[in-house]
Amino acid sequence: MPPRLIFEKASPGRRAHAQAPAPEAAPPVDLPAELIREQDARLPEVSELDVVRHYTRLSQLNFSIDTNSYPLGSCTMKYNPRACHRLASLPGFLDMHPAAPDSAAQGLLECLYELQEMLAQVTGMEAVSLAPMAGAQGEFAGVAMFNAYHRANEDYERDEIIVPDAAHGTNPATAAMCGLKVREIATGRDGDIELEALDAALGPRTAGIMLTNPSTLGVFERRILEISSRVHAAGGLLYYDGANLNALLGRVLPGDMGFDAMHLNLHKTFSTPHGGGGPGAGAVGVAASLKPFLPVPIVEKIDGAYRWKTEAPRSIGRLAANGGNIGVLLRAWAYLRMLGREGLRRVSDHAVLNANYLAFRLAEAGFDLAYPSRRAGHEFVISLKRLRDETGVSAADFAKAMLDEGFHAPTVYFPLLVPECLLIEPTETESPEALDTLIDAMARIRDQALSDPQAVISAPHRMPIRRPDEVLAARKPDLAYGPALES
Amino acid sequence: MPFIPHTEPQVQDMLRRLDADSIDDLFGEIPASLQRPAPPEIPAGLGEAGIGRIAKARAGRNHPLLCFAGGGAYEHHIPAAVWDIASRGEFYSNYTPYQAEAAQGSLQLTYEYQTMIAGLTGMDVANASLYDGATAFAEACLMAVRCNKQSGSRRIAVARTVHPAWRAVAGTLLRGQGLELVEIPLDARGKADFGPLDRDSGDGFAAIAVAAPNYLGGFPDVKAWRDRADQEQALLVVGVNPVALGMLRPPGEWGADIVCGEGQPLGIPMSGGGPYLGLLACKARYLRQMPGRVAGRTVDSAGHTAYALTLQAREQHIRRSRATSNICTNQGLMVTAATLHMALLGGEGLRRVAEACHARTVELVDALTAIDGVRRAWDAPFFHEAALCLDRPVAPVLAALADQRILGGVDISAEYPELGNALLVCATEMRTASEIQAYASALSGIMRGHTVSSRQARHAA
Amino acid sequence: MSEIPTELKFTSEHEWVRVEDDGAVVVGITDYAQEQLGDLVFVETPEAGASFVAGDVCAVVESVKAASDIYAPVAGAVVSVNEALQDSPELISDDPYGAGWLFRMTPEDPAEWEDLLDSDQYGELLES
Repeated sequence: MPPRLIFEKASPGRRAHAQAPAPEAAPPVDLPAELIREQDARLPEVSELDVVRHYTRLSQLNFSIDTNSYPLGSCTMKYNPRACHRLASLPGFLDMHPAAPDSAAQGLLECLYELQEMLAQVTGMEAVSLAPMAGAQGEFAGVAMFNAYHRANEDYERDEIIVPDAAHGTNPATAAMCGLKVREIATGRDGDIELEALDAALGPRTAGIMLTNPSTLGVFERRILEISSRVHAAGGLLYYDGANLNALLGRVLPGDMGFDAMHLNLHKTFSTPHGGGGPGAGAVGVAASLKPFLPVPIVEKIDGAYRWKTEAPRSIGRLAANGGNIGVLLRAWAYLRMLGREGLRRVSDHAVLNANYLAFRLAEAGFDLAYPSRRAGHEFVISLKRLRDETGVSAADFAKAMLDEGFHAPTVYFPLLVPECLLIEPTETESPEALDTLIDAMARIRDQALSDPQAVISAPHRMPIRRPDEVLAARKPDLAYGPALES
Repeated sequence: MPFIPHTEPQVQDMLRRLDADSIDDLFGEIPASLQRPAPPEIPAGLGEAGIGRIAKARAGRNHPLLCFAGGGAYEHHIPAAVWDIASRGEFYSNYTPYQAEAAQGSLQLTYEYQTMIAGLTGMDVANASLYDGATAFAEACLMAVRCNKQSGSRRIAVARTVHPAWRAVAGTLLRGQGLELVEIPLDARGKADFGPLDRDSGDGFAAIAVAAPNYLGGFPDVKAWRDRADQEQALLVVGVNPVALGMLRPPGEWGADIVCGEGQPLGIPMSGGGPYLGLLACKARYLRQMPGRVAGRTVDSAGHTAYALTLQAREQHIRRSRATSNICTNQGLMVTAATLHMALLGGEGLRRVAEACHARTVELVDALTAIDGVRRAWDAPFFHEAALCLDRPVAPVLAALADQRILGGVDISAEYPELGNALLVCATEMRTASEIQAYASALSGIMRGHTVSSRQARHAA
Repeated sequence: MSEIPTELKFTSEHEWVRVEDDGAVVVGITDYAQEQLGDLVFVETPEAGASFVAGDVCAVVESVKAASDIYAPVAGAVVSVNEALQDSPELISDDPYGAGWLFRMTPEDPAEWEDLLDSDQYGELLES
């Protein structure tokens, strides 16, 4: 049974007395009566200890990196260093109003400028804007820049974006937000894009292509140079979805692969916290040809002083009310400075080592790799189709059983191409011992699926709840506690 | 200094199992020409002590000023418990709650947050947040167009009293879909005036967007806007400040269709401009067009209460190119902080914060307008911000105030040229009477020409 | 094996079409389609009076894990929609060819109906 809602723990007249201004500091206002509430907002009436206990208790119902391992493909759930949180929370950073003059914010601006520069180096891009507040906003910026670039060249026919069928859902959604049509192309049996399909899609209407490399199938697109030359020859541009950069960090630069624009998910590769779903940060980098179109603001350094550049004549414009998710950017800055030059490659080395080790050992234990002939990148796909056919246990069931074993479930049913798939990404911060524990747990679940499938189909058994009724949730949405809304 | 636990013998053992000679072998499928011989040129790595030294020095080179600025970011008291609890690893380092069984804490919290935001705004439902106020505004506009297909219009009428950055972001995000924002100009009393649009020959409006309180601190005539929206067969989008809603009649009571806002005042530090919290709430009938995540209450297979993300079929990971938005993340950690903050203040506490902000701003405006060369842009009620007009350019005055460690407000002369030399000032409940006096005497000195900013002095030299 | 009534016509998008005595056509999704989608949770129906050309998106059916567009099978105007689906989308799962109908439209060109797939052709499509 879940804890009661905070509203159900309330008592009329109870308060956290230390928190609000005293009544004498808050005199009745002299404003037209029709502007004023007839009664106070129906927020819970609770004490400070009530609040602290309630939300501490709720926190204990969550899995988190600090408590559990997350082999969650495509999400790069690595350790979030505490130092990054502590340093970004220094009062000199937290107490800064966005309208403060640049002269009063030189320390902050220097960190952001340094982050821009480091990210440009790490990606092989010419320039970086930190404005996008999430990967999806970075994608938006990239595709909007493609549009602006083609228009600047008086090329008005390019209204299509090519997206492989294995792409993240944000890619086609972003293209649609930018007013472009999506042309999906197929992935070949070996996990690489089919060049014939690409050629068939390319033409005078091609604005560009959006790719992840390694792809969401966990394998490196080996003909990437061929792809980029064909797209460029057709007059299109290439967008790199940086979600999987952890596989290449310090070793392969997206700029070298021929990409014209890209975003970085700082909450993946650069270890800023996921926070239960955000805030993220999606810094966007571009080749020289797209630099004039970068979203504002950007931090500039002029005569040794840093300043926000808020206007640029050809910029696609603003994406955020202010300069982006600054606090997240500071965490990424601290992390990147800690990694340093020599640490970059150690990240990708060990992320890829862990993934290949895990893939190999799981194959040994009887799991089916979706691409057994390929080296894994930082993640890989297994298919449970055979297990499902033999036992009725689906990928979703298997994932739920992993929760009982103390592991967050891998990504399930994505990529869409592989039936009954699990996408598994261990990250570099998990030890070999932790991987062995995961392998043992997965083997145990598989054994149980073969001997007593019902036990897996009805999992989880040891979590705070059993499986929620998602059909009921969607048919009769209950999105707010009614009694708290009645007046 | 990466956070890698492997010992060298373990690495060798793993490689042996993989039949690889070295880690480089694992990258053998990548064309050699793409593999850089040396890592990118960034500074050498640091330990925690080393990065701590640099970060503290940089933070020390920031000089937070005594804050009389608002304009979408406000200095409020944040109870210590808010970030103590929000920074617990179980909130800080957990993932999006797709696996509901492993995230009941965050899901129940989100359900409570949605209830609080719905209650505060007087709307039926709220989502689990968007990136910030500006993106929430842009998404509200996009959503209004989807909800109002009958109107057939691709245009949205937006009051000039809506935050200029919100309008700019909406411009960026709506452009690609061929939607047009049409500005509703200001009248002489600082109110948006639909009159000039009466002669507009376009195809009507899918939505009308106003803010209450607006960017300039004032209040729109809400009933008139509801009537106008009805007349235009447009949806009414209203931008809000959640602290103001502690005392103001919620827009749901006067007929808003979609409410959006900046949630930063709910326990989120100013932090140079982000991360903040985009609020979005709407009437139940528009629910299926609302972008972003939403948590719902349901039952589990044992019949007990349980929480889960719901209505996901609208989202990008399922609907792809036909999704309501490309939005993927929300601002989960900020939702956590805002929920704690609202629970700690309660309805009465939030009202008192709002009343104290209003009272301090009345004192501030009285003190500043007693100075020669400073007057109000218009005499109309305000919440906790007011537009002042100076008899000289604002930027040098703000620079001179900054020399005295005072952030005197936001210079809005460029955004609102019709106001001349215009300064937007704000005092929250954090400002004391003596701080307000300090600002007034500093400004008075500057206006009498006793002080020039150090920058002006340098220019003169 | 899902049910394919022989008196109906079909589209390659897994919709069925029935001609009424008055010349109107009734549209729904096939048993196969509802099986693929799983438990339906929401149906977005078109407005009565709306006109479409064949192939236009005119409705959406949502399950927990998918949302599927419904295309106008022929050109015409919608004359009525199945209001019961608003509260009971499960009617589609329970009775896809009966109580789970989506909308009724007046076709512009009655002959267009002839071009749709018959039950044998649709059966072949499912097997291929």
